Amino acid sequence: MNPVIQPLGDTALVLSVSATLEDQRRLWVMQRLLQQEFPAWWVVLGVGNLTVRFDPMIEAAAVIEHGIELAWQRSQRGLKVASHHHDVPVVYGGKAGPDLIRVAEHAGLTPKQVVERHAAGQYIVYCIGFLPGFPYLGGLDPQLATPRLDKPRLKVPAGAVGIGGAQTGIYPSASPGGWNLIGHTDLRLFDPAMIPPALLAPGDTLRFVPTEVRA
Amino acid sequence: MSLSILKTGALATVQDAGRYDGAQWGVPRSGVMDIPAWLIGNLLVGNQPDVAAIEITLGGFSARFDVDCVIAVTGAIAPVTLDKQTMGQWRSIRVRAGQTLRIGFAESGARLFLCVSGGVDVPMVIGARSTDLAGGFGGFAGRGLKAGDEVALGQAAGPAPDGWVRAPERGDVLRILPSTEWSAFTMAAHQTFLSEAWVVTPDANRMGARLAGLELPLAQPLEMTSHAVHPGVVQVPPSGQPILLLADAQTTGGYPKIAQVIRADLWRMGQFRPGETIRFVEVTLAEALDALSEQRHWLARLEMQLKWRV
Repeated sequence: MNPVIQPLGDTALVLSVSATLEDQRRLWVMQRLLQQEFPAWWVVLGVGNLTVRFDPMIEAAAVIEHGIELAWQRSQRGLKVASHHHDVPVVYGGKAGPDLIRVAEHAGLTPKQVVERHAAGQYIVYCIGFLPGFPYLGGLDPQLATPRLDKPRLKVPAGAVGIGGAQTGIYPSASPGGWNLIGHTDLRLFDPAMIPPALLAPGDTLRFVPTEVRA
Repeated sequence: MSLSILKTGALATVQDAGRYDGAQWGVPRSGVMDIPAWLIGNLLVGNQPDVAAIEITLGGFSARFDVDCVIAVTGAIAPVTLDKQTMGQWRSIRVRAGQTLRIGFAESGARLFLCVSGGVDVPMVIGARSTDLAGGFGGFAGRGLKAGDEVALGQAAGPAPDGWVRAPERGDVLRILPSTEWSAFTMAAHQTFLSEAWVVTPDANRMGARLAGLELPLAQPLEMTSHAVHPGVVQVPPSGQPILLLADAQTTGGYPKIAQVIRADLWRMGQFRPGETIRFVEVTLAEALDALSEQRHWLARLEMQLKWRV
């Protein structure tokens, strides 16, 4: 997919590329470049896209568009962003993961095999969004992909580890949610008093480490 | 120096401009739902325009002051009294320590702003004093105000003007620009979107408002990856009924975006109440920028005029 830049109303431009890891790596580089060089722009990273919000009374869209194009070109040069690795301790199954059996049945595996496969994966943070500190993770074993619940739960607790479609993730705070919950972590992903407030950043890698598997 | 909350109505929160830098951590913008009303309220009490205030949804609020100060109540129109004496809105009001302010139920509009000289003094969290209700942080203890709360007030920066400003007309129109997925919707959907009188449903809060009307179908199913959203985005979930995103909107979403309310009209969005109707009118980018320029000039003129009335 060729990069496309489109306006999002009168105060934002969106760069869309492909949702591959290769392009996403370039978006991470771009995000840092733009934040450093244009602190007055608000840069929001998605999966396969990046949005710049600006004040059109201060800067013209054409200037922003040019800045985005240049940053996309520069991101090609194999620049890397500093990233961290996180081990996420997880209690799987039981009350901590009420949908572990559903995921196992859907995958045609035993609950123990689901845990093994989930914990064997190397995950990478594509971007942060949806909820404060929530990571969009790539790297889920396709066999573990499980459709979202027909009826979302009104309250999913903070720290819940879930699978929704082909994605896996961790709820950083209590919220309504339709993902299949397979476990729980005590790791704090978001704390407004921390600097920065989110534990994870785009480009970080993580692994789920089973501390306990409950039937 | 504080404000004792006696009654709050549906919702009263501390808000300022919001967390513009929060999106990188998935933190919503939050902030006031009607920026001009809040800016003008601050100018009327001699504050810097971006000082924190109390945003009150639909009125039904009362509070007692323990200090002499200057206040202004802007935004939606509601009966306002000070110790039972009727007061005007959108004007500077001198308050003496011990007096009680009462704001009745809003007659038109949905959000009122109580600005106080010196501003509302709560800690800065992630660069703002705004309340993030979903996250439970910022503002006053991360929540809406309750009867019995003592809200600290800041030190007044200088003398307040004795001023009055005409409240802007909200109307029932929001001007829009077609958004990134506009062309993914059918021609019939485009027509419906621009001709329907969309009803604001009771399913409306600071995050967004669900609108009811005819269905807005996509030309064909569309797989979307997560992308940035922000206040003023009109997104369409599979139900075909649009959602207008407001100040507390999540930072990313996955639904197709049919339109974006122009920046000059964002203030109007927060002033609609459930049961009222919205019409969307398409404008050009040049018209959107002219409207924003006009709004900024209006605010700059008011700021100058009020400075001369100190």
